[in-house]
Formats: sequence, C-alpha cells, structure tokens
Amino acid sequence: MTTLSIPLPKRPTHPTGIWDWITTIDHKKIGILYGVTAFIMFLTGGIEALYIRAQLATPEAQLVSPEVFNQLFTMHATTMIFLGVMPMGAAFFNYIIPLQIGARDVAFPRLNAFSYWTFLGGALILKLSWFMGGAPNAGWFGYSPITGLEYNPGHGIDFWILSLQVLGIASLAAAFNFIVTILNMRAPGMSLMRMPLFTWMTLVTAFLLILAFPVITVALIELLFDRFYGTNFFVTTAGANPLLWQHLFWIFGHPEVYILILPAMGIVSEILPTFSKKPLFGYPVIVLSGIIIGFMGWMVWSHHMFTVGLGPVANSVFAITTMAIAVPTGVKIFNWIGTMWGGSISFKTPMLFAIGFIALFIVGGLSGVMHSSAASDAQQQDTYFIVAHIHYVLFGGAIFALFAGVYYWFPKIYGKFMDEKLGQLNFWLMFIGMNVTFFPMHFVGLDGMPRRVFTYPENMGWDFWNMVATVGSFVLAFGILIFIVNYIKSVRSGEKASGDPWDGRTLEWSIPSPPPHYNFLKIPTVHDVDAWWAQKRERIPAVPVAGSSEDEHNGHDIHLPQPSYWPLVTSIGLFIGAYGLLFTFDIGGITSVPVVGIIGGVITLVGIAAWALEPVNEPDESPEHH
Amino acid sequence: MSTLKAPNGKLLFTLLLVFLGILLTACYPDNPQSTFDATGPVARSQLTLFWVIFWAAAFVFVVVEGILLYAVFKYRRRPGDGDPKQTHGNTKLEIGWTILPSLVLVVVAVPTVITIFDNANSPDPEGALQVGVVGEQWWWEFNYPDPADPNNTLITANELHIPVDEVVNITLDSRDVLHSFWIPKIAGKVDLVPNNQNTMWIKAEETGTYFAQCAEFCGESHALMRFWVIVETREEFDAWLASEREDAVEPTDPLAMQGKAIFEGSQAQCWLCHTVKGSQKANGKVGPDLTHVGRRTHIAGGIRENTQENLTEWITDPNSVKPGNIMSLEGQVYIDPTLKMTDAQISAVVRYLQGLQ
Repeated sequence: MTTLSIPLPKRPTHPTGIWDWITTIDHKKIGILYGVTAFIMFLTGGIEALYIRAQLATPEAQLVSPEVFNQLFTMHATTMIFLGVMPMGAAFFNYIIPLQIGARDVAFPRLNAFSYWTFLGGALILKLSWFMGGAPNAGWFGYSPITGLEYNPGHGIDFWILSLQVLGIASLAAAFNFIVTILNMRAPGMSLMRMPLFTWMTLVTAFLLILAFPVITVALIELLFDRFYGTNFFVTTAGANPLLWQHLFWIFGHPEVYILILPAMGIVSEILPTFSKKPLFGYPVIVLSGIIIGFMGWMVWSHHMFTVGLGPVANSVFAITTMAIAVPTGVKIFNWIGTMWGGSISFKTPMLFAIGFIALFIVGGLSGVMHSSAASDAQQQDTYFIVAHIHYVLFGGAIFALFAGVYYWFPKIYGKFMDEKLGQLNFWLMFIGMNVTFFPMHFVGLDGMPRRVFTYPENMGWDFWNMVATVGSFVLAFGILIFIVNYIKSVRSGEKASGDPWDGRTLEWSIPSPPPHYNFLKIPTVHDVDAWWAQKRERIPAVPVAGSSEDEHNGHDIHLPQPSYWPLVTSIGLFIGAYGLLFTFDIGGITSVPVVGIIGGVITLVGIAAWALEPVNEPDESPEHH
Repeated sequence: MSTLKAPNGKLLFTLLLVFLGILLTACYPDNPQSTFDATGPVARSQLTLFWVIFWAAAFVFVVVEGILLYAVFKYRRRPGDGDPKQTHGNTKLEIGWTILPSLVLVVVAVPTVITIFDNANSPDPEGALQVGVVGEQWWWEFNYPDPADPNNTLITANELHIPVDEVVNITLDSRDVLHSFWIPKIAGKVDLVPNNQNTMWIKAEETGTYFAQCAEFCGESHALMRFWVIVETREEFDAWLASEREDAVEPTDPLAMQGKAIFEGSQAQCWLCHTVKGSQKANGKVGPDLTHVGRRTHIAGGIRENTQENLTEWITDPNSVKPGNIMSLEGQVYIDPTLKMTDAQISAVVRYLQGLQ
C-alpha cells in the first residue's frame, strides 16, 4: 500500500448511531437492515394487494383505473418476489448463517454491505416509479411484446428493467458471498453433512441465484437495448419471436420459485426439530431432496408455457418433469412429519407458523400437480386457480416460514422474546385470513375468471367468492398489523431471553443473546449435525461460551473487519448510474447523452478503486491482533 | 406447555364435512364460464382429466393433512415430558414415501399425455370447417372461407359462429401483443402469439350462445376483450355464412343516410379504419369489419349489448367504455376537438350502423 499514495478519507469509526448503520459491515447489522427494509417493502406490496382486492370485491368497480390496476398487480408481484421474500431470506442468511457455522462474519463483509445498499437502490428505483410518471404495467413476467416501446411508450418498463438489473447485481454479490462463506468458513468438524439444514438450503439457493440471474440479466439487457437503442430482439413488427422472452424469463423464473421456497424449507427444517425436541428425520434425505429440487427446477420452465403452442411432445415432457418434482417435495413433507412423530411438540408461535407452512404448502403442492397436467392446465392457465396456487406456495409457504423464522430467531437477535399471546393471535389471523383470501380463488378460477382483469361483469357468478376473498385479505392485513405491534412492543419491552431460549440444537444457540459483535469468543469444534444439542446432552467438553465471566475482556482483542464507506459509495454510484440512463441531454452535436448515468458510473468506479485500495483493517488500529 | 386442548373428534369431522361441502358446491356448472359444464369433447377431456387428478389430490390431501394433524395432536408436549427418543430416520419408510407418490403420479401422468396428444391433433384435419382467429387490442377478428369462392375470405368480428356437432379447425394469430383464445365450456385456451401461428380444434355439442374471453394479459383493457360463440345448427350456420357474403344494406331512411355520409365523410373518417362491404370508400383494415354490425348481439369486443343506447355511448366516448382503445387514441374525430361530432351526428351514425343487418 505504501507505494500508492492516493489520499483516502479516514476510515469510519462510529461505534453507534446512524453512521454506524450506514458504514457497518457486521453481518448481524446488515441482516437487520435487510430484514427491516424487506419488511417495509413487503408492506408496500401488501398495500398494493389490498387495492387489488378492494377493486375486485364487487363487479364493475371503479376504485382504480384499468391502467393503475395493471400497475398495481405488476408492482405487487415484483415487490413481493424481489423486494419482499428474497431479501427477507437474505436477512436470515446474513444474520444466521455465520452463527450457524461458527464463523465471526461472512467471507466478504464489505461485499455484504455492498449487496444490501445495492438492493436498497434497486428497490427505490422500482418503488419510486409510482411518483415518476407511472409504475411498470406489464406484469412481473414482462411478456414481450407488450413491454416494447410500441405498446408501452411510458417509462414504467424502464424503471422495471433498471431496478431488476440493479437487484440482480445485489443478489449475485450476495450469492457468491454466501457460497464462499458456507464452503470455507465452517467451524472445524462441520463437514457438509453436519451443516444445519438452513445453511444447506441457503447454499443450494445461492447456487440457483448465480445460475439463474445471468439468464434474466441477458433478457433484460436485450429489452433495454430494444427500448433505449433501437435494437429488435423483441420487436415483433420487425419479425421477432416473442417466445424467446418467455423461454429466457422462465429459465430464470422457475428456479426463482425455488430461490423463494428453499430458504423457507430450511427455516422450517430448523424449527420443527427444536420444538419437537427430536433431530430432523432423515437429514441426508432432506438435504438430498433440496438439492434435487434445485437441480430439477431447471427442467420444468415450460410448464409456464403450456398454452403458447410448443406442441404435444414438449408439453408432455414438461408435464412429466413437473410432476416428478413433486416427489422430492413430498419426501420433504413426509420427513418433516416424521420429525414431529414421536416428538414432544411445543406450540410456541414459531412452531405454529412452521406447522402452518406444512399444512398450506401441501395445498399449494397439490394444486401444482393439478396444473402440471398440461391438458387440464389449458383450463387453469391464467385463471384465478393459478393465483390461488402461487399464494398457497408463496404466502402459505414462503411467508409463513419467514414469519416462523422471525419468531424463532427474534430472541437471539434482541435477547428478548416476542409476545407469545400476540404471536398466537398473529398466527391465527394470518392462517384464517390466508385461507379465506386464497381458497375461494380456486373456485372462481375454475369458474372461468381470468387473472389480471381489472374488473368483471356481474352475471358471471364470481361476485360472492371475490367478496369473500377481499374480506379475507383484510383479516390477513390485520394479522400483519398485530405482528408489527408485537415486534415493536417486544423490541422495547419483551421478556428477557437467554442465549438458548428454545433449547436449540444448532450453534447460534450456544452464544449469548444478542450475540457479541465477534459472535464466538472461541471458534467451536463440531462433532454432530446438531452440534449444540450434542454438546448440551452428551456433555462433550464444552467450548468456552463468549461473554462468560472468565473471558469477559478477551473479546476486545478479536480481530474483525472494520467499517467502510466504499460499499455504500459504490452502490450509490450504481443507483445513480442506472437511474441516470433515463435522463439524457443533448451536448454539442451529440444527442441523448446520459450525463447522469455517466456520473453514476464514475462514482461506481471511484468506489471500487477506493475499496480495492482500502486495507481490510487499518494496521495502526489493531496493533496486537492475533 | 401445550396451549392446545385435546381435539374434539366430532367437531373436526363436522368441519371436514363443511369444507368438502363448500368444495363440491362452490363451482357452479351454470356459471357462464364454468369449466365444469363441458359441452364439447376437448373441454370434456380436460374436465375428465381434472377429476382424475382432483380425486388423486383429494386423497393425498386427506391422508397427509390427516397424518399431520394426528402427529401434531398426539405428540403435543405434556407437562413433565423429558426428551423424546432421538430417532434419526427410517430407511424403509423413506423409500416407501418416495415410491408411493411416484405411483400416484403415474396415475396422473398417463391420462395427461394421452389427453395432450388427443387435443393437439384434430380428428378431421382436412375436411372440417377452418376458421381463422386474429387477436387485436381488444377485439377479435374471425375469418371464414367463402363457401362460394375458395379465393375469398369472409371477415367478421367478436362473434364466432360454428355449426353444432362438427369439428372446427382454428388457426390463431395476433396482430399486436399476446392474447389467448378461451371458450371455457368448449375448449381450454391456446395463446395467440405474434409471428407464431397456433392451431387448435374445437367441437360444440349443444346449440346456444357461449361466453368467451381473452385469457392472456394484453394491456390496459385486457379485462374487456371478450367474445361470443354462437353454436347453431348446420342450416342456421350455412344461412348465416351465406348472408355474411352479402354487401351491406344500403340505408333508406334519411337519418341513416345522413349517418352513412358522416361515416364516409372527412370529419369522422370512420371509413379510414373500418370496412363496410359495398361502400365505395369504407375499406379500412384497422378496426373490425362493420358490414353486418347491426345484427351482432354485442359491440365493442363483446362487452356491451348491441343497443341504440350502448352504441351511442360507445361512439360518443369510446375511451370511457374501453380505456386505451386505438379508436379513441388515434381517431382524429376523438383527438381533435374541432372535429367532435354533435349528438345529432352521433345518432345518425348509430342509426346507420344499426341498419347494417
């Protein structure tokens, strides 16, 4: 470093306050940032959903215009998938994975901060579109050619493309980070087949991310070039084949479904053993079926395209591969039930959500098999039957598991319990609300109601169940309101929780709650799948627990990476750069120069350069590290 | 520890019955787009397949949810419980519950593949009536071969006439974005993809009027892209098709004559986009062919009944009826305030159009 004498600003050293959060590279704080941001985004997506339900409560309603309705459902799905469920999963990856594998942080802490800030930038690009002349309006799948300039001259689609690109960068960086973290930073003795299930599913998810996102990135770049620079990848009037987009989108989009659900399965696989006081039933089989699901997720994309005319051979093949994926999914469900079988089941809120997950995921899985049958799906495709299905797997599945995860790990994160009474109320309101909202959608779907319609006539027989669904959606929203109340109340004045409040099984429960910033005073040695449980029950020589009186001060000498401005600066550059592509000026004889975009690019480059030149730690600040 | 009480068996059973009752009565075959009232072989094969899979799924649902509930209640924690036995798995069981679902899936897969091929291949690929379907934002064009002149095509819109009990082969094209052709009681949907012609076959076994709707999101007024299928006897169908060959009726009453003049005039310029056969001027191809619009049951892409009142509303302000449609966005008469038609002019045009029987 001494040969380069570029003056960099002094490294941030704020131990607390807003600047601490802005410059932090502590995986736990980044996890909380991810979680809070994702939850706020989840709420905005929920408000969009309530508008949709209010509009559809009665036939011929005029609460919102057709154009706004189309923006609402596009934003609802894009928000929930990319800004809600995915980053909520990332919140748990961040907070929990290093604790579960006995590490002090992730492999690339600054890259981790970069992932978060880039995600926030992508989220803002998308959500701000409401105030920038209109949100995207072509569905989260953005089917060509309706995303083309000819049919969609506004900027909504541009915001959608740029947002997804920026979010993709965030996801890729995070995925690489977690793969390296999980593969390289496990505590001694933690072989792959001793990894906690949540860590396993995170690993599979991260691989899916790095394989799936490049596909959508390519498709989005092509679409961006069509819209900005006059290429013809998807311009049908110039002879383009719109099915190209559908293939590219679903080759990404179906693995994406597993990116959403595998972390959820991982969370549930942690909670069920803990609250049944039994090890996971058939651990290797659950791991293997997770991997198989991840692998087979690549062979089923065309089941989203059964009606586009791929022909009977393709439809048969994809029908069969889709049915086949039900087998490893079913195996997981049976093994979860096997975990509870013969156990001693406690019905604390995390467990209620986990059991709710299984019960609801079964419904979604079965309706999934129903439309895996391509011929039968011809009646179901693009109807409310499909809407019911996806909400059973993504709301009943992913969201319930994420709520289970919040209730489960809250005591670890805050050293306090969430209120159990409010938790039970929260669960039952959401469980009932979810079923009242989404079950009737099976009925109207089979009665011929297409999805993505802003209204319907009154003589179709859809009125009653639509009204029921709308009532259910408000019950659901009330349940989520209870969650918010519970969360705030518990952060402030929750009952104090010990380091191991649930009699847990994995390493995160072996350290105090909340964990010290260095996590583990001494890196543990692992002898079993349920490392902490084995240590507690079999009295394996105990690892010194951080924060115990004998080692009170030793933690201060632990060498941890230090905060940095540069991940944030780089992310801000990307945000400005992407947004800036929309603001062009004529300079001299050159037209449409994306000046703002270029400025953003420069900021990004400066951020990367400074980041590269910045040592992981200031040498002068920890002279005696070991 | 447990916050749950022992399950009340009778209550659970009652709840299950109520649930199954709702399930079986919630979908009414009477509903206009119900998939449970199949009146043709394609929809029927799809419905049969649905029931096969539904009962297989219902069986799995009851068994698995039953085991789940049983496990949850039976193994709930009781005061004084110690650690349960730490079982790690059971290979035989696990192999069993891998193979059993696979067998259930075979039961589903075999009829699926058979039905896919049956529905893909027309039983009468050459001889049957051939209808061309073209989708546009947000209406349908239907093309019939002219029975009297093999080189001619008869073009109509938004009402598909087909003869009962006969195979009809359909080609599907789109002139703009994706659409999907769906007559729930007659056949499941097939998409209209620009630059990619699709084909399907249908057959209806009962005469009558059927509801149908675009099922693929196609823009602002996707919800308003509907059409009607009129299944009639062969004689009725032949008579209808023959009359579709005829030129438009020449208006005789003064109001309708005035309407025609406006239709073909330089203020309204309807003729630029619409065809009225027999008219010297009106042979535009952008909008629906209006030669026989007066006898269609519905207007505006099948969403409004063909009444004087509805026609007046539609022609006065098409954007309020079908937001975003091309006529209101690109028709000069709707863009340029100086060209705006008076109420009297509109009623003349309405009279003219109603006379186009």
